[in-house]
Amino acid sequence: MGRHIWIAARLAVVTLLVFGVLYPLAMTCIAQAAFPRQANGSIVRLQGHAVGSELIGQPFTGRKYFHPRPSAAGGGYDACSSGGSNLGPSSRALADAVENRAALAMRQNPELARGRIPVDMVTASGSGLDPDISPANACAQVPRVARARGISEAVVRRLVEECTVRRTAGFLGEPRLNVLRINEALDSMRGQRR
Amino acid sequence: MTWMGIAQMGAFAGVLLLVTKPMGAYMARVFQGERTLLDPVMRPVESAIYRTCGVDPKREMQWTTYTAAMLIFSAVCVLLLYLILRLQSIHPWNAAHAPPMEPHLAFNTAVSFVTNTNWQAYAGERSASYFTQMAGLTWQSFVSAGTGMALAIAFTRALCRQSVAEIGNFWVDLTRACLWVLLPLSAVLALVLVSQGVIQNLSQYVTASTLEGGSQVIAQGPVASQEAIKMLGTNGGGFFNANSAHPYENPTPLTNFLEALAILVIPAGLTYTFGRLVGNQKQGWALLTAMMVLFVTGLGCIYSSEQNGNPVLGRIGVNQAASLAQSGGHMEGKEVRFGISGSALFATATTGASCGAVNSSFDSYTPLGGGIAILNIVLGEIIFGGVGSGLLGMLVFAILAVFIAGLMVGRTPEYLGKKIEPREVKLAMLAILLLAGCILGVSAVSSVTRLGLAGRFNMGPHGFTEILYAAASAAGNNGSAFAGLNANAPYYHTTLGLAMLFGRFLFIVPVMAVAGSLVMKKRVPASSGTFPTTGGLFAGLLVGVILILGALTFFPALTLGPLLEHLLIHTGKLF
Repeated sequence: MGRHIWIAARLAVVTLLVFGVLYPLAMTCIAQAAFPRQANGSIVRLQGHAVGSELIGQPFTGRKYFHPRPSAAGGGYDACSSGGSNLGPSSRALADAVENRAALAMRQNPELARGRIPVDMVTASGSGLDPDISPANACAQVPRVARARGISEAVVRRLVEECTVRRTAGFLGEPRLNVLRINEALDSMRGQRR
Repeated sequence: MTWMGIAQMGAFAGVLLLVTKPMGAYMARVFQGERTLLDPVMRPVESAIYRTCGVDPKREMQWTTYTAAMLIFSAVCVLLLYLILRLQSIHPWNAAHAPPMEPHLAFNTAVSFVTNTNWQAYAGERSASYFTQMAGLTWQSFVSAGTGMALAIAFTRALCRQSVAEIGNFWVDLTRACLWVLLPLSAVLALVLVSQGVIQNLSQYVTASTLEGGSQVIAQGPVASQEAIKMLGTNGGGFFNANSAHPYENPTPLTNFLEALAILVIPAGLTYTFGRLVGNQKQGWALLTAMMVLFVTGLGCIYSSEQNGNPVLGRIGVNQAASLAQSGGHMEGKEVRFGISGSALFATATTGASCGAVNSSFDSYTPLGGGIAILNIVLGEIIFGGVGSGLLGMLVFAILAVFIAGLMVGRTPEYLGKKIEPREVKLAMLAILLLAGCILGVSAVSSVTRLGLAGRFNMGPHGFTEILYAAASAAGNNGSAFAGLNANAPYYHTTLGLAMLFGRFLFIVPVMAVAGSLVMKKRVPASSGTFPTTGGLFAGLLVGVILILGALTFFPALTLGPLLEHLLIHTGKLF
């Protein structure tokens, strides 16, 4: 028995060094050499300054921007506090939150009618950092964004189509738009600089 | 349900079946000590480890020594991990500035990772240093998974050998599982994940000035190396609080597919390894068939329930119909890039396989979707199951199935030529009853005591489901959660910590005792009176036994939680 305790203690330390230190550090070195942009968080930079990450959702509330989904991460899109709302399907708090979001969405986008509100527009994601919205959600926001920027809906609609990411290999995942990407594209259109 | 969603699931099942044979054949070679491609690299490492630790690889163990070695190793690991968590203030690479974990939480977390549960009562990006994530949690993700594989292989040996007492050497099985199977697969998967956007760095958190002029601090870390073993070892302990829903853990539909696949690759492969070792491939395929039937059924139920949406949202005027422009369905707690099908697929894999990684928030699932997730766990974590522990559990059910078949036709039951006698059946039943008792006991106590009820986040039947899920997840060593439940309190740290310990070791010890008794028996040659344990009939019987045992034991509890909520939500009742 004593022999086995001694073996167990030594094996624990050896495996800790191999799998807990050498393996992650080796992976870090290889990843940093092979995929530096991804390994460091796919950070988006404008004129050298980090404006966010392509993968991490960030809040947008202005009328000129496409809005992301509601977020339950911290105070909303807190990228140090990921998580969902955890509200159950029969929760009154969920029903109230969705009702309020639906009312707000219809105020901001008067073209939007009850019964046609895209589900991802009024529900919080599991991570609270969902960088994407569905094409249905984007289309519902087109008239507002176009009005706020004083450009035609057709132009914004074309941008939405250009920014829509299709399913991977035609069948994996769902079609979606990256909110940061499309808002950046809006800003960089001629005459639309911030 | 959409055709695209069904195509994604069909592709998943197809790829899983395709990799089962090569994966299983490779693992059979590894555990029989035969030559493999990786020998030139791994052999020297292996012998160096044995030399340093004083292991004599030639010396085999009886079931008592084998089990004792496993228990001692686990105890040492709990102790060491507890120390690491308590000493966070002196860690290098502590970008979160995480203080030492409180004693209750450190106990809970240490037990959680050593038992391959990976229940997390803390939020990684706030409460764990990079050093903890690597040297504490990634380390345990490897060896706890290796331990499970070792046990499954030892049990398999007990079925193929006869009239001996030895079932292998625990140290050798553990080391080979980690070096030959888990390490190379994790390294490859980690790099694929990084190429897709999973981060792998030791940097400080990044501060960004957002387009609207706000600021956002973005947590970083060595994520990919942990993510890979977290899936392959059916661990499930996420780097971030949101686990695989976090875009840095699971950024694209492709990573989602690969991660879900990685959960099941080894458990599925082990059924083939089993067939190879016992000398009859059909024995392995029968087990895999039973697993696949339960998997596909569960997947169909979760997918359709989530895609149908939430009637509460429908009444508010939310459009939950699937179309070309949206996935539709109940999207609270789910990510747009995965939609309903990618979430349902991941949820079925993670609950059936005792993984516990989640890419969506189970607490927000529809009553029936969340109910099936619990059912997957309480059936015994045998729908592929954890690496090793899943095969082990399935073999226990196989023994019960031949016993029941024997009762029906009035013959002495046999499994693989070994007579199944009262001792084996009693031990197998003991293992199953202890597990069920643990789940129902913790749920019952927690749902009538003040401390237990205080943790609920949602009220009504859903609040009970949160408690039931936590108990099932802990005792079943799954680790996923209805995360609204506030388990970050001494009461749940302690009860769930004990449930994890009991669920793992009170199950393993009687099962290894069965192995010890089987290995000494002679193999009787098959005769015309032998009930065949291959083919559809046996697979069907096995599924039946699993469902009947699970239904009889857990139906009352499931009625009080998910079923009641399902009935009430359609009448418009809110809580």
